[in-house]
Amino acid sequence: MQTELPVPISPAPSTRSLRPGRRIIDRIANNAFGLSAALPFLIAVAILVALGIRSWPILADNSILSLLTGEVWKPLKGQFGFLPFIAGTIWVTIVAMFLAVPPCLLCAIYLAEYAGSNMRAVIKPLLDLLAAIPSVVYGVWGMLVIVPLVQKYIAPFLSNSLGFLPLFTKTNPTGFSILAGSIVLAVMIAPFIIAITYEVLGTVPNGQREAALALGATRWQAIRSAVIPPTIPGISAGIVLGASRALGETMAVLMVVGNVPQVPKSIFDAAYPLPALLANNYGEMMSIPLYDAALMASALVLVLIVLFFNIISTVVLRRYVRRYRE
Amino acid sequence: MKRRHVEELFIKILMFFSFMFVAGSLGAILITVVVKGLPALSWQMISQVPKGGYYLGKEGGILNAIVGSLYLATGATILSFIFGLPIALYMETYARKSTRANLVRLALDVLWGIPSIVYGAFGFIIMLALGIKASLLGGIIVLALLELPIMTRAMDEVIRLTPFEIEAASYALGATRFETAVKVVVRQMLPGIITAIMLAFGRAIGDAASVLFVAGYTDRMPTSLFRPVASLPLAVFFQLGTPYPEVQQRAYASALILTVIVLIISLGSRWLSSRINRYVVK
Repeated sequence: MQTELPVPISPAPSTRSLRPGRRIIDRIANNAFGLSAALPFLIAVAILVALGIRSWPILADNSILSLLTGEVWKPLKGQFGFLPFIAGTIWVTIVAMFLAVPPCLLCAIYLAEYAGSNMRAVIKPLLDLLAAIPSVVYGVWGMLVIVPLVQKYIAPFLSNSLGFLPLFTKTNPTGFSILAGSIVLAVMIAPFIIAITYEVLGTVPNGQREAALALGATRWQAIRSAVIPPTIPGISAGIVLGASRALGETMAVLMVVGNVPQVPKSIFDAAYPLPALLANNYGEMMSIPLYDAALMASALVLVLIVLFFNIISTVVLRRYVRRYRE
Repeated sequence: MKRRHVEELFIKILMFFSFMFVAGSLGAILITVVVKGLPALSWQMISQVPKGGYYLGKEGGILNAIVGSLYLATGATILSFIFGLPIALYMETYARKSTRANLVRLALDVLWGIPSIVYGAFGFIIMLALGIKASLLGGIIVLALLELPIMTRAMDEVIRLTPFEIEAASYALGATRFETAVKVVVRQMLPGIITAIMLAFGRAIGDAASVLFVAGYTDRMPTSLFRPVASLPLAVFFQLGTPYPEVQQRAYASALILTVIVLIISLGSRWLSSRINRYVVK
């Protein structure tokens, strides 16, 4: 790591000798800038408080445990069990991570350790470009390509060869399934995970690699023994951050995952993740008692899960990635 | 060949395949959208609003959604720039390297991670509390919340690269902190500001989950801040949800339009900031 010259904390220049006009403007700007910096905190708190207040009616009526573990979702009968949705969210995210992480790590290692500067100059803008594609477009692609692919090829193949495992039992004749949602999600978060892992790998000083190579290691041996171990916490945090992105992804997943409120047993089951629940039912939620409170509670659950992963991984990443460092 | 060389070769092959896999699936998206969208794309699609029976496959286009999306994203970008720039300047010129600046950064990073659907629900609650209906204004405000962390953190990243000597020189000439921030630092970070604005704009124009709650949808052109407004991602989503193949075709064409807009923004910001980069002190 490069040692930085001690940069002075920018001094507040004395304003005593200034013309009153400039002094007043400076004073106002000082306060305004300071106030605006409080905005991010205010927004975060306001979101939690607003969701908390709106979901209070249902939280007061039912124990939190029974809401979180209830399997029945019948708003008309006043039964609100979140388990199918929470389970759906977790299934889709975990399967997506299983699909995305290994190739993304290999890609990032390739970019950071093997690729020449020309290659990097091409790949980096490409990753930015791909991260910019709207989630609806990923959803369209999922519906057109991934869902038929799962229906016609992947599901029959896997359930025939591995169908004795409950994980691969074919239960659902359509391709709208956890697997389809996970594939789309995996592709969506790939640019994100690659970019973070690439940056984390870049923080390892070159001396580390050279020392390993000087001892006669091959390139991969050097990477495996000298580059990856010190970055494991950073890479893990990047993966967790990617997972928390995946947790909240709405439209693309909603379009391919089937949206059936059940606790999934197999990757070919349809699922109904929390964000999809919100997006599909916002229209009718005001007409059924407690329905709006239940939906807002689901948003609260979602945001709490995301915040938990987010804060931990961001704090860990601060040690590795310049973007997250002070 | 020794074992370790075999291992090296093996891992290289694995890397090659995963690289092809990632690049291939991303390429497949663009190809799918173009192949499916291009045949359905017509001048009528981008120059007309939906006519009667449009969602049954009759005449019309999605001009309302294109214009609506541009309004939404432009309004939101302006709004979040107004609040984002002072925050970014505060972190660098006022609270340089202090714990407070780092806390603001952490808060922004956390906000960045909050799913857009949650912003939508939050906006919906606020609008219920204030008695406002789904409208362009509501959409702009919620998208601005969504954009704020993205834009601010992106600007922050560039301001951080400003050499302190430039600020010091400005102070030495007698400038106040405000004057330094606005006249020196901002000019120095102009390419970064543009990248940040374009990045946030691209995020906002493609986001469907948040506007679903707060902006509504309409077949008319947006005329007032207080009326519902159509948006492109939702146009894709709704048209895809109809059972008519002709309308679904149009959804693909709409997705193509949206993708093209986003790609133009992404490439345009790169080009623009590289042009302005020449006028920056390195």
